[in-house]
Amino acid sequence: MSELETIDNMISITIDGTEFKAKEGEYILNAARANNVFIPAICYLTRCSPTLACRICLVEADGKQVYACNAKVKDGMNITVDTPNILEERRAIMEVYDVNHPLQCGVCDKSGECELQNYTLHLGVDSQSYMIPDTKRETANWSSVLHYDAGLCIVCERCTTVCKDMIGDAAIKTVKRGGEALDKGFKDSMPKDAYSMWNKLQKSIIAPSNGTGETNCSDCGECAAVCPVGALVSRDFVYSSNAWDLKRVPAVSAHSSDGFQIYYEVKPTSIEDRTEKIYRVTNEWNYVSLDGSARFAYDFQNTTATKDEKAFNSAIEAFKKADTIRFNSMITNEEALMLQTLKEKMGVKLYNPEVKAFQTFLNYYEASSGNSLWTTDTDSIMKKSDFVISIGSALRNDSPGMKYAFNNVQKLNKGAGLYFHPVGDTLIPTFGKNIESFNHKVGLEELALYLVLDLFADKDKLPEDVKSYIDSFKKSEKQTIQEKLVKTVKEMVLNEESGEEEEVSKKVTEMVEKEVTVTVNTLVDILGGDSSKFDATFEKMMKKKESFVMMLGEDLYYHNKAENIAKLVALVEATCNIDIVMTPPKSNALGVALICELDDEQSGYTIGYNENGDFRLSALGNGDIDMPAMNQQEGTLTSMNKRVLPTNAAVDYNGYELNDLMKELIDAPELTIDWTQKLPTDRGFKSVAFDDLPNSFENDGTDNRGYILETSNVDTELPKVEKCDESSVLDGEIAYRCNPARQFNDFTDKSHEIFEPFALYASKDKAESLGEKVEVIFDNGTITLDVIADEKMTGDIVKVADFKALEGVYDLFGGSRYKTVTLRKV
Amino acid sequence: MSLEQFKNRNVGVQSYKTLDVGTPPKTGMEKFTQVVKRSVKGELFVGLGVVMKRMLEALFKNDMHTVKYPFEKMPISPRYRAIHEMLRLLESGNYRCIGCGLCEKICISNCISMETRYDENQRKEVSEYTINFGRCIFCGYCAEVCPELAIVHGQRYETASEQRAGFSLFEDMLTPIDQLNLQQEFDGFGAVSPNADDNIKQTPLAY
Repeated sequence: MSELETIDNMISITIDGTEFKAKEGEYILNAARANNVFIPAICYLTRCSPTLACRICLVEADGKQVYACNAKVKDGMNITVDTPNILEERRAIMEVYDVNHPLQCGVCDKSGECELQNYTLHLGVDSQSYMIPDTKRETANWSSVLHYDAGLCIVCERCTTVCKDMIGDAAIKTVKRGGEALDKGFKDSMPKDAYSMWNKLQKSIIAPSNGTGETNCSDCGECAAVCPVGALVSRDFVYSSNAWDLKRVPAVSAHSSDGFQIYYEVKPTSIEDRTEKIYRVTNEWNYVSLDGSARFAYDFQNTTATKDEKAFNSAIEAFKKADTIRFNSMITNEEALMLQTLKEKMGVKLYNPEVKAFQTFLNYYEASSGNSLWTTDTDSIMKKSDFVISIGSALRNDSPGMKYAFNNVQKLNKGAGLYFHPVGDTLIPTFGKNIESFNHKVGLEELALYLVLDLFADKDKLPEDVKSYIDSFKKSEKQTIQEKLVKTVKEMVLNEESGEEEEVSKKVTEMVEKEVTVTVNTLVDILGGDSSKFDATFEKMMKKKESFVMMLGEDLYYHNKAENIAKLVALVEATCNIDIVMTPPKSNALGVALICELDDEQSGYTIGYNENGDFRLSALGNGDIDMPAMNQQEGTLTSMNKRVLPTNAAVDYNGYELNDLMKELIDAPELTIDWTQKLPTDRGFKSVAFDDLPNSFENDGTDNRGYILETSNVDTELPKVEKCDESSVLDGEIAYRCNPARQFNDFTDKSHEIFEPFALYASKDKAESLGEKVEVIFDNGTITLDVIADEKMTGDIVKVADFKALEGVYDLFGGSRYKTVTLRKV
Repeated sequence: MSLEQFKNRNVGVQSYKTLDVGTPPKTGMEKFTQVVKRSVKGELFVGLGVVMKRMLEALFKNDMHTVKYPFEKMPISPRYRAIHEMLRLLESGNYRCIGCGLCEKICISNCISMETRYDENQRKEVSEYTINFGRCIFCGYCAEVCPELAIVHGQRYETASEQRAGFSLFEDMLTPIDQLNLQQEFDGFGAVSPNADDNIKQTPLAY
């Protein structure tokens, strides 16, 4: 991808007399940012569409004043950042922003990192020339995490832009403020852009877009992250610390598999207690957008841990007699390698129900496609893809990174999307105009892939049997359609001037019923679509599309035809021009899948690491021996983007680590991070020491964190795929193992800013019919759960959360993600 | 800049001027004469005379020239930097501190700590505040940086204590509410200068 861009699309521009290279079609502002040239800008976000609210990025390009955020670079363009006229505009704009802005920097949370402060100083605003009576603007809490102080808001619309273009919730919008009208005199006396910016500013304010006082969103907090002033702040953080007192610890989001870059911001807990506490999580919001778990689930550390020698000795005993170690994906690569080494040296079984299915699926995929891993990642999807297909993942819940990419493609790349999932979701279709969402029956994921083959495959490359199988779904049908027919009718009209009759021809449209033979793609109907409309819709969707990508989710790994699905995926990759990306289920699932040889089941004496077991290692503080939580240890995590990312310890830990046990049991190095270099190079890891791993972004957004896994590619023959076995379709009452949006594991649940309960989630109608509490009866057990209505769900399938390891939801579901169950009101 | 002056390493002779203090006595006789001259010149009695005069004034005119420390103390300059005080707003009695944290930030001996929170009235409240006087060097930066004239240096200069590290909490330094009428405006570090109004350009107001 990058090679293409560097060779073909680079043009040269001149900014303030210096020549720079820029990508063709890029905005001037982005080109300047990529080349370390500073152009002031408040409202523009690198990966979102230009808002044109602040107008401060005004520059002169080839003698014409343009906004750097929405004017594209041209070859040989000559750009001047500051001209006397532009400086005058900018100063006037900053003065306007300062009109009636409360002088409460002293208490404001943003003070010290406030862009209004910065630009006011940068542009040397030391006096005020404009005035207007202020409007009373109320402070409000928008949700359990968002606090909005309208008085401080400068309506740059960064929050609404990021919510719409990146997050996809579009939960906030600008509404009328009801402010005074500007004095007409200003129109002539002040610079033009400053006046129109003020005019707009004076009329608007931000509010939840559903008309109520509460945002109905995924509570990711990205709006608060991008807010340049102190208007939007997390409710928990309000007035609790000054920005400059916090120390930033670079880390990786521990919960989802996205590997989001984060900073834990720490300072001493209180005057009496000088141990450090995490006050908030921030991110490089121009390059990465966080989900709610990454931003708000940060205080899951194990605080009570001590070096308990008795527990340590019994842990050693337990390890010596252990038959199985059961763990989940909340584990670093280094720890996974320790467990794998333990397996090799001591012959224990490694059991990980979260990752096993994914690992098996990866193996199937590698065998049939020749690729050791999937071929693209979310960053390049957002950069270039314009058609996204998502199969087998509850996008809103499973994978925030994929959801953002799916949405961003619709908004910024004028994209289109196909969404296949048994559980209906009302949010996904709102991402863009060109989204078709298929709510198919559970078990028909293979057919979804066949439909993809039908729509996108180069038919010459497809094997004959596949082609005929696909064709078997096409049926010729006679349909009566209404057709517009334009007839020319000739009439004799009397010409009044001449008094003679003339022949005049008139056009008349008539609706004529006509019988035609059309090919109906019944595949579309089987998958829950409408074949009569689909052809036209699809044709519209395909207009001007060049780069296609398919996102695969957890449902496919747990499918009982996973092997055939993996083959179909390989076939799609081989015959269609579609890149593949997979969502590892949770946290470090990919790392575990690459490092550990997992066993199918547990047996005998089991050690549970953050899981059930006869002896329990726990970072939650409730086990037989304490372990450090993810924010208390150094190590690397492997993300969905195939990156090995370093994370650092933010909070103190006083107990034993897994490596201490390893030192006693096997030949282990001094520190946990000494294992980083030993990560298996045959699985794509590199032999790099932990301290040598970089952890930063380039100014143009290039991700430099850690390293990318080496992937291999072997030429393989086209895989032999089977037909879809429709007997595996589930009917009746179905439960789906799926967490609410900000919950991933026990650690998110432990965090005090995550409120989603462990419950059964159902669509509004379904929840009403179920009542408050139900007993969910599986083949091998039951679980009693509260019922919660999820307004964005539709259909009858219910979601059962699995984030509490001790509840054993994975065991109830067995090897699948969907189960027919009996729901009984309690 | 030339490096010449750095290369001359005869430290101590370059730019000193010696005072004319005469020549010290050398021989034994010269030394003896100096002692006698100084002893019997009569300057001794000038001093004794002054003491006698003050004593008589104190005895008969009740005009004391000493204070009975520690029961009495001399007034000190407002610019003197002693133990901090936290002032209140004269009208409402609320404390002036807004919890901005600038004193904490500027403190060069890092002895100020504070905790703030979002209170019920949607305001920033200082829930804990402390100064470690074992570390404080009384530089006055905190008073100078304070935007509200809330933290100031008071008049309590006795800082001797049983242990080196003495802490003061917010309440210890705060003007007692019943003595609000006695609270003095602070003229020292950070106080508004008499001509402050002349130095600023007023912001226009629309109402």
